[in-house]
Amino acid sequence: MNQLLQQYGEITGPEVISHLQQLAESLQGMKVVHVNSTRLGGGVAEILHKLVPMMNSLGLNAEWRVIEGNPDFFNCTKGFHNALQGFRTVIPESLLQVYETVNRENAEELRPVLEDADVVFIHDPQPAALIKWIENRKGKWVWRCHIDCSRPYRPVWKYIRNYVKDFDASIFSLAQFAQPLPHPQYLIAPSIDPISEKNVELPQDEVMAVFEQFGMDPELPLVLQVSRFDRFKDPIGVIEAYRIAKKVIPLQLVLAGGTATDDPEGEAVLEEVERASAGDPDIHILLLPPDAHRTINALQRAADIVLQKSIKEGFGLTVTEAMWKGKPVIGGDTGGIRLQVIDHYTGFRVRTPEGAALRIRYLLHHRERLNEMGELAKRLVKENFLLTRHLMEYLALMISLVKGFEDRIDVSE
Amino acid sequence: MKNHERPFNVRDCALVSLATGLRAHNLREFQDGLLRAPESSIYHHFWGRFLQPRFDEPEYNNDFAAWAYRGLHEKALAERLSVLDPTEFEDIESLRQEVLERVEERLDENEFVPWARSDQIFFFTRSQIIVLDTGHVLHHPSELADTLPEMALGSVFYHFIDARRRTQERIDDFTAWLEGWGEEFMPLCQRIMTVDPYFSSLKEIRSELAEIFRTFFGGGGR
Repeated sequence: MNQLLQQYGEITGPEVISHLQQLAESLQGMKVVHVNSTRLGGGVAEILHKLVPMMNSLGLNAEWRVIEGNPDFFNCTKGFHNALQGFRTVIPESLLQVYETVNRENAEELRPVLEDADVVFIHDPQPAALIKWIENRKGKWVWRCHIDCSRPYRPVWKYIRNYVKDFDASIFSLAQFAQPLPHPQYLIAPSIDPISEKNVELPQDEVMAVFEQFGMDPELPLVLQVSRFDRFKDPIGVIEAYRIAKKVIPLQLVLAGGTATDDPEGEAVLEEVERASAGDPDIHILLLPPDAHRTINALQRAADIVLQKSIKEGFGLTVTEAMWKGKPVIGGDTGGIRLQVIDHYTGFRVRTPEGAALRIRYLLHHRERLNEMGELAKRLVKENFLLTRHLMEYLALMISLVKGFEDRIDVSE
Repeated sequence: MKNHERPFNVRDCALVSLATGLRAHNLREFQDGLLRAPESSIYHHFWGRFLQPRFDEPEYNNDFAAWAYRGLHEKALAERLSVLDPTEFEDIESLRQEVLERVEERLDENEFVPWARSDQIFFFTRSQIIVLDTGHVLHHPSELADTLPEMALGSVFYHFIDARRRTQERIDDFTAWLEGWGEEFMPLCQRIMTVDPYFSSLKEIRSELAEIFRTFFGGGGR
């Protein structure tokens, strides 16, 4: 067995790998291309870093291409992102022109690869317009939407839909994110990679080293939120929750985040967070580089409770990561967090800073419940949200695309 | 062909989910969705939990019951829907009719139509099942005793659950195969029939089946 597959087999059990190999049997040699807009930062890039090598290990011919953009392009696509998540965002015509130009230029660059591919996965809106300039498409094109677009700002969705409608299929993370489109819409939850630097087991001394590294107190309970500095992640609400909880129980808060190259708003939100936390030595704001995976891993393992108090969330991979490390999560009652944080079982879902504060106090007072929930959380991730399950569904989708959309597809004959 | 000449090909399967575009904000729309949803959607909401990413539902065994409780706060309806055992119905259409019956009964009882918050809408989803060959072939029932403890959960689903929908006899593949081996294996078939395919997880089903086979062959059943 290939070494990469063997590594996953050690975590998931060999039957999972065997299942993947059976699925890949009828897809051998298939040319698969994934396209997104950043190689570093954000959940999409992290998934592709392993999904593509895994597909190759299973005998497919997969590659990952990243489109190049300029600041105006990323301002425009950040606007798309906000609008798809429901914020009223007016995007000037000049920026839409930039979006189209950048996609046209990238289409020229990628044309030979994209024309020749059997299956093309286009991730999120940034490269969606590529389809317009690749007229001689040999294979099937799939738009993979990682965003919660359950209630998009209509004018912007209408613009993006104009490109998306030409795809052969689309993928949404949850049923509620799917939009009316003239093609099949698959539902595939994302995943985490258990052998990546961000999720691999760490020695205890490496975990404890973060306390000294960031000037934290190893004696104080640690509440952590890991996320980009983004308003949808509600970092100000997290600080408010911490302040309410701290009135009755001593604790410290870490807000650890980074910025992705396609997120121009990050700095402004970071400034707001710094202002909100001013003067409290137990609030630690850590601006980490995009490759600080091991540090984030250690912080998640060092934490007592992990928060993900998002107002809007696509799926919330930081929730999955924390649960994989046996931590209960207090999460916003939104999007994919609902699929992972099962109220009172793997954590708590909250709608307000007050709700988050109440649950922080409860868990820190009931350590046995905290541990039980953490164990349940880890089991839920192991059985449902590891990369192997994600890959399994991609392979099943590719079989479906090739063989048709009937209820039953038999490739055993 | 006699059964001892007919080997048992172990299959595996995977489910892939698709949106149907149907949704329900309230119980009346849910009733309408039930009428319009494809059979594969009714199947998905009863059986999908076995092979799809989700928490082992601690209270309700199907998505309809879970939504009646969480989305509509209709505990009575949730209870009535949660006891529905899809294996007791001849086909998906009969199951659909029974769900509709219970929904309509609740609508008749209520003075108003129960509704869900806008973020608790029910989305009808459907599944495609993809059947795979494991390459594993069994030539005698005793080989199942060795195979079952390690059998992939997808294989357990395909042979023990999906078979009831797929085959004319509406029985699981193990029983169908064993019946062809004659009287000797009838006691084993009867014990297999005691395993509840619906109110357990796939792991529990596998473990119960493995124990039945181990006892039968290890205990001098042959």
